[in-house]
Amino acid sequence: MATLDELSLPVRLFLKAYRWRAVDPVPWTLLRRPLSECRLALVSSAGFVAPGQEPFSDSVKGGDSSFREIPAGADVSALTEYHKSWAFDHSGVLRDPNLGFPIDRVRELAASGRIGSVNPRHISFMGSITAPGRLMRNSAPEAARRLAADGVDVALLVPV
Amino acid sequence: MCNQTVGLVAAELERQGISTVSLQLLREIAEAVRPPRALVVPFPHGYPLGQPDDPAVQHAVIEAALRLLEDPGLSPPVLEEYRP
Repeated sequence: MATLDELSLPVRLFLKAYRWRAVDPVPWTLLRRPLSECRLALVSSAGFVAPGQEPFSDSVKGGDSSFREIPAGADVSALTEYHKSWAFDHSGVLRDPNLGFPIDRVRELAASGRIGSVNPRHISFMGSITAPGRLMRNSAPEAARRLAADGVDVALLVPV
Repeated sequence: MCNQTVGLVAAELERQGISTVSLQLLREIAEAVRPPRALVVPFPHGYPLGQPDDPAVQHAVIEAALRLLEDPGLSPPVLEEYRP
């Protein structure tokens, strides 16, 4: 597991003092059908954008809470990462974006029949959001509405 | 912060009827934020699925996450350790 000790002292001090937002009550949706019949969407917080999309901003106070839709057919090597945090080592996701947005793996799961299908669009956030009010009020509900409208059954969420 | 962002988005998805499983890199943050269903992975920050260009490990982590979705005996919040 990652530990706080691997982070720099200023980052550790910030995280120690930070007031984490607790999900309460915890919502719960049981799987409605076998995974082999489910439509899956990815939600990544690695800050990827597809070609032609607006980069995430590194100047929004409290963090850019917007999201981008990444098409299921995206070539991962064409994605650009705009995660503003330098508290972690970016070299892994830069070398292989599947580490933070495993769309190749998800397509393989659909091809093998482990999941039913890959949703045509996936959601990319830039996870460095210290003031998550707008995320909780606006962008997370909007992303969820879009995926629900697509008929998504299950989502795999990947932080970096 | 990514761990919290993912947990908060997962909660919204579950509220809107989508079953979720979240990877988490830091147990203490996951315990504080309480994503509905989460797999804590034993990798450093920036490496939620292990190593780059290692599809076998990436698949193994995803498979462990998918199994949490398939377990009808779990109740929220679920926080399981990934064991390779």
